[in-house]
Amino acid sequence: MGVAKYIKDERGAIKEVIYQSGIKVKPAYGPEDLEKAGFTYEKDLGAPGEYPFTRSLHPQSYRSRAWTTRQYTGFGTPEETNERFKLMIANGQNGLNVAFDLPTQMGYDSDHPLAEGEVGRVGMAIDSLKDFETAFAGIPLDRIGSGLTINAVATIMMAMYQAVAEKLGYSKTQISTTPQNDILKEMIGRGAWIFPVEHGVRLVGDSIEYAVKELPKSNPVSLCGYHIRESGATPAQEIAYAFEIAKAYIDNVTQRGIKPEDFVGRFSFNFNVYGNLWEQIAKFRAARKLWAKMLKNEYGVTEKKKLFLRGLFGGGGSGLTKEQPENNIMRGAYYALGAALSGAQTTALCSFDEAYTIPTPRSALLSLRTLEMLMDEVGLRDTVDPLAGSYFIESLTLEMEEKILEEMKEVQKWGGMVKSISNGFIQRKVSRQAYEFEKGLQSGEYKKVGLNPESKDAMAEKTDVELHEYNEEWAIKSKANLKELRATRNDKEVTSSLKALEKAAKGSDNVMPHLVKCCHAYATVGEMAGVFRDAFGEWDEPEFY
Amino acid sequence: METKNKIRVLIAKPGLDGHDKGAKIVALALRDAGYEVIYSGLHQTLDQIMQTAIQEAVDVIGLSIMSGAHLPICEKLINMMKEQGLFDVYLTVGGVIPHQDIPRLKEMGVAEVFPGGTSFEGITTGMNKLFK
Amino acid sequence: MLKAEDILEGSRKAEAQKAGARMIRLIEDNDPSAFELLKQLYPHTGEAFIIGITGSPGVGKSTLIDALITEFRKLALKVAVIAVDPSSPVSGGAILGDRLRMQRHATDTGVFIRSMASRGQKGGLSRATKDAVVVLSAMGYDIIIIETVGAGQAEFDIASLAHSVGIVSIPGTGDGIQAVKAGILETGDIFIVNKCDKPDADAACHELVMMLGMRNLSETRWKPVVLKTIAQNGTGVDKLVQSFLSHLNFMKKNGLIDRKKKKLDRLYFQSLLKDLTLEKILVFMNNSTDFKEMLKKIESGSMDPLSAAELMVNNLITFE
Repeated sequence: MGVAKYIKDERGAIKEVIYQSGIKVKPAYGPEDLEKAGFTYEKDLGAPGEYPFTRSLHPQSYRSRAWTTRQYTGFGTPEETNERFKLMIANGQNGLNVAFDLPTQMGYDSDHPLAEGEVGRVGMAIDSLKDFETAFAGIPLDRIGSGLTINAVATIMMAMYQAVAEKLGYSKTQISTTPQNDILKEMIGRGAWIFPVEHGVRLVGDSIEYAVKELPKSNPVSLCGYHIRESGATPAQEIAYAFEIAKAYIDNVTQRGIKPEDFVGRFSFNFNVYGNLWEQIAKFRAARKLWAKMLKNEYGVTEKKKLFLRGLFGGGGSGLTKEQPENNIMRGAYYALGAALSGAQTTALCSFDEAYTIPTPRSALLSLRTLEMLMDEVGLRDTVDPLAGSYFIESLTLEMEEKILEEMKEVQKWGGMVKSISNGFIQRKVSRQAYEFEKGLQSGEYKKVGLNPESKDAMAEKTDVELHEYNEEWAIKSKANLKELRATRNDKEVTSSLKALEKAAKGSDNVMPHLVKCCHAYATVGEMAGVFRDAFGEWDEPEFY
Repeated sequence: METKNKIRVLIAKPGLDGHDKGAKIVALALRDAGYEVIYSGLHQTLDQIMQTAIQEAVDVIGLSIMSGAHLPICEKLINMMKEQGLFDVYLTVGGVIPHQDIPRLKEMGVAEVFPGGTSFEGITTGMNKLFK
Repeated sequence: MLKAEDILEGSRKAEAQKAGARMIRLIEDNDPSAFELLKQLYPHTGEAFIIGITGSPGVGKSTLIDALITEFRKLALKVAVIAVDPSSPVSGGAILGDRLRMQRHATDTGVFIRSMASRGQKGGLSRATKDAVVVLSAMGYDIIIIETVGAGQAEFDIASLAHSVGIVSIPGTGDGIQAVKAGILETGDIFIVNKCDKPDADAACHELVMMLGMRNLSETRWKPVVLKTIAQNGTGVDKLVQSFLSHLNFMKKNGLIDRKKKKLDRLYFQSLLKDLTLEKILVFMNNSTDFKEMLKKIESGSMDPLSAAELMVNNLITFE
């Protein structure tokens, strides 16, 4: 996917620049642009660390603390994942970002027919608490936080994380986990949904409510504009849709009698940084400001920290090309620069081979080093929000704000996010755009180095990339473990905990405490998700064309 | 009356992977190139794909695979197609396919491989070639 | 080569399902061999109960049919579905995605689902749809469901293909008023208000009942039924199946079903006659010397196009 549209004259000079969000860029910007837009420092920027946080969430930003880095890790068996975790921590990583294989993401055990050929392929295979015990053995769960890339069955993994912590001797109040748990974005983009929309949202609500009451250091939802962008949304839509999704979750939880003030501070975001550099920077600055304003004005949130748009701004896989994969190393570095200039708190970088495979250890380390370079060598820690006051950046930030609000209004016009997704409005819009972008890319209307005909390189197309070999042993081992587990666990406990879960799922009790009990009884992921499947049914996706 | 010889293609995503942007935009591109596309949605088993191909009397099955499981999936489906006597249906596959796997896929009987980044024109040309 | 006897086993043998599917393909592609085969299949038809499901886009027809299949299968009835979607007027291509919502039935041997593109036919339904119904009926399916959007001005509207027509709407869209305008109210036997978990469901039902009260019942005497469903979770679909079946029983009891079948045959015959005649004329235009001479006369001005056409047709087709 390209980054912006450039209209040129016959000599190749640029006549017009149009960003994906629909903003036209002028040849030059001056004080008159800010004046025309009614820009004031107090209203639109504020000091770093002050409302509306356009510049930064913290007064000192990177000076007090460089960004947190998280590389996506986890593959094969829990044993191998555990080794990789330890390696990443030894290399300086201060948080884990756990990948699960597809059967786990879809709530199937490793011995389910649909799991065939997929066990451990794109992440680690988890069937029961036994596997978590192996994966997290020796990891200081009171110091290292874990992002869990799981959505449809996020409640199950969150419960299992609490259960494993308890097994390893930590209390639930010490641990910090951030499950992705954004089911609505799965329905727009990534496709790992199981249950119908309203039940999916209810599960998200259950996990938020539970975290508010029981898991003080955990962040129950990470709103992923990232995947929405990957599936074809513009940068403005990425933010707008993530915010509208957040509102759907907020509404679900407030209906339970909990005030937004009590939980919105636990929301975190996962946004994408591929695309035009300036558009990205403006996007993040506008997003920080809009989120704070929305929480304050629409939801009455007052405490400063709870207005923060916290999260991970990471390099997008869609920006990478399969052609000339080494180019992605440079591309990744520029995305990281964009993230740093946007004041990203946490970042992750797509590895250069990600267009093919989950990152190999070599490419994952390269990404980590790239991020370190920016902070420690290049000078991105020197001062807060270095682009503030730029006529261009401030004008663009204001325009971006407008565009995001426009997109949000459209969703509201359709009746809010739950409705827009149930009816397929968003999916249709996004896939149509993806199609148009792709056509533009192929016609050369959008530029992408290494992909457009003029930068194709016949030799490079044949470059071998090192691939993760799929190991049949993973499935064999997982299945053997499952068999042993089923033979040795206390069946009575499993059955009674699953029964209680079923009752909660069919009624209105929060499912979380029941899930924790199921996990401790060594009920499998497939069994717990099976209870949900029976209680909720499965989603039928609407038409996309 | 002028409706003869439309090419019917089944676009399917086998298995559990939900990354369907590619499948969707290829479906749109094929429609705009005059094909009739049967879109069966996400999370399909190979049995479902087989039965759909039979009932819809398609000329081509187009699989979209991003999970890396293209080799075992294609091998299995080809065998099922042979068992069911679907000799007049072509199997094509697109998605995340490393170039070193293409010869192996062709060897097992995959008619065309469209790795990510193949242009729409490349796909339609490749498909049309099958019917020359 | 396809053989009629292979197709006839369709609902019982997997191998024959393939033959039936290929047969429908020949029909769609207007293949000359299809006609002879259809003639052989026709005597084996007549047992199936043909249901039409129609309604605006977005009312949940496919999801409803998915649930209907489940219910009919509980009664051990074999079900075939024809889902018609429009072709793109620009490219002639189409995306046929209705079966997406029925895929759980894809591997059930007692279910056969076929998507058909309208291929330029206004309103979607065409003789090809009717021909496909013949094939599916000959294959031995007990229930044949035809799904199509709204009522167009097609040669075949849904009532000229189906024994019983279900019209689907959703609350809060004013579909009821639209239905009156489109004349759809006259065609429907069962009115389904889907997505009834939405507000205004009762109001929508009430509105329909009111409007149906204005309908002239003298011809059919079947009192249309208004039903609420939530297709997504199957709510009300068992009742819907019972309503279709009681409509069938009603028609059987008072001989209406035979009258209806005769009417459908008559319409089929008329449409075949038009198509076959047109085909013959096209052949004639390509090969006949009379035709070429007539063209010359028109070019030379010795005959005007109107008189020429009239003369030609009168010579070609004579009626007693």
